[in-house]
Amino acid sequence: MDEILVLAEHRRGQLRDITFEMMNFAKALASGNQMEVTVLLLGHGIDEMAGHLENSCDNLLMMDSPELADYTPDPYLLALEKTINERRSFLTVMGHTAAGMDLAPALAARLSIPLMSDCLDATLNNGILEVERQIYGGKINAKLGMKPFAQYFVTQRTGCFPTSLVHDKSAGKFPLKPPAWQEFRRNFVEYVEAELSGVDITAADILVSVGRGIGKPESIAMVQEFADAIGAPLSCSRPVADKGWLPKDRQVGTSGKTVRPKVYIALGISGAFQHQAGMKNAETIIAVNKDARAPIFNVAQYGIVGDLFQVVPILKEKFSK
Amino acid sequence: MNIVVCVKQIPEVAEAELEINKQGSGIDTEDLVMGINEWDNYAVEEAVLVKERHGGSVTVVTLGDADSEDVLRRALAMGADEAVLIQEEGFEGSDAFGIARGLYRAVKNLPHDLILMGVQASDDGWAQVGLILAEWLDLPFASLAVDVQINGDLVSVHRELESNTQEKVELSLPALITVQTGINDPRYVSIMGIRKVRNIQVRETDYEELGLSEDEIGLGGSSVASRTLSLPSGGEGAEILTGTLNDICEKTAQIIRDRGGVS
Repeated sequence: MDEILVLAEHRRGQLRDITFEMMNFAKALASGNQMEVTVLLLGHGIDEMAGHLENSCDNLLMMDSPELADYTPDPYLLALEKTINERRSFLTVMGHTAAGMDLAPALAARLSIPLMSDCLDATLNNGILEVERQIYGGKINAKLGMKPFAQYFVTQRTGCFPTSLVHDKSAGKFPLKPPAWQEFRRNFVEYVEAELSGVDITAADILVSVGRGIGKPESIAMVQEFADAIGAPLSCSRPVADKGWLPKDRQVGTSGKTVRPKVYIALGISGAFQHQAGMKNAETIIAVNKDARAPIFNVAQYGIVGDLFQVVPILKEKFSK
Repeated sequence: MNIVVCVKQIPEVAEAELEINKQGSGIDTEDLVMGINEWDNYAVEEAVLVKERHGGSVTVVTLGDADSEDVLRRALAMGADEAVLIQEEGFEGSDAFGIARGLYRAVKNLPHDLILMGVQASDDGWAQVGLILAEWLDLPFASLAVDVQINGDLVSVHRELESNTQEKVELSLPALITVQTGINDPRYVSIMGIRKVRNIQVRETDYEELGLSEDEIGLGGSSVASRTLSLPSGGEGAEILTGTLNDICEKTAQIIRDRGGVS
């Protein structure tokens, strides 16, 4: 039977949510197409993690080796190349994450298997893969029908499938022998935690968040006055942190912080997927943006289509004593 | 040190309202301003910084139409020394592998100790081309770099992970690194700066000269058979507040008070 091979992703001994999301994606795709779901767990000291996976897939492949403890491309590429070639997995799935983005393209090139990256969903049409992804920073959706291939490779965007697993299977567990390791040209040294600026935005009840629409760093002062009037700290989207206009630990999003304040006020933030991932679970989201079609309005409860430079000063006045 | 930077020219869409063209095959780019892919701009700056610290030369390469020469000129003004333009003809409709084939052929014969490019381009967002290139060139690589330090033959890279965490990795040169936005502070390019480098000749090449055939690139070489574009559906969407500016701010202030516990 054809199989969908899911590469489990873990860090510091913990399986990451994307692993469960991919398993749910694979399960849905497999059931409509008479395929099996096989999870590949590469790591070191992986028995506990295996326990979380073995009741939700058809096959669980386990390769345990010290070289695989933390993700690094050299051994992971060799391990995946061996596994995919031997099993002729029809579809390989990994997360479009910091690890998957590093691993997938080189693997696809090595195996000459076409790679569709950052996919929201995928279906099979007569054995041919069709994927859904976004282009132009999430402003346009694209459905891509692929050409027929013997094998496919997909990396999946986080947050598109449920993270809870149904324990309705009993996987055959297969320990895999690691391949002969060659000399590694890149080495993992250590994890590095980010510097702190003294304000923990994840603890705030209200956040006033600025995006690219703020235009220049001098304009932040005006927003700071409003934020002070309501007792909220400032946070931001990626472009503002990249430019150093606010400290990096104020950044909300996939590579920054995930926040769940009572109120999240997004000013001049378009709401690209990576930002939404960090704030969409705020209780109340109010967005101000000049573009009525900005993706932020899909996740906000309240929207103001307008110029933040006109809105913020008047809003501030409503709170002055 | 010989540094090669691959850059792309893209339509700037962050502040634009996009329309899908009549054929449904692409967006209307008529009213859009073209510019350098933001990630690649950071890569050019990083390359020039490396040159300033360690000596050497920077060659910037792009695959695009005649207008793409603008991004090469920008890079030269920032401090790159040489520029190569791979003409786009034949490559239209390529997937990431097709673009990588073009870059591979052009780059493999350039001396390279370090190859830099952005993690992804803001149009297709594949985030694949750089690492496919690394694999074909048989180079160690690191993606999502937010810090690069070179020590002799070793390069130490901080890679951006999720949730405000990074990892430090070490690789040996020659290597390929894809850079994340925010890795540095790209220098400003003035008209004067561009004029100063106007005498630098841009070397041009095309797919035939690179030895590529039509079934390796473009639509023929792509793994994709069809593409249908649409505007993302709004979902439930926000309640858009209406009225005068004062009304809107009054309503908003009330929401903030009720939901945020502000007096």
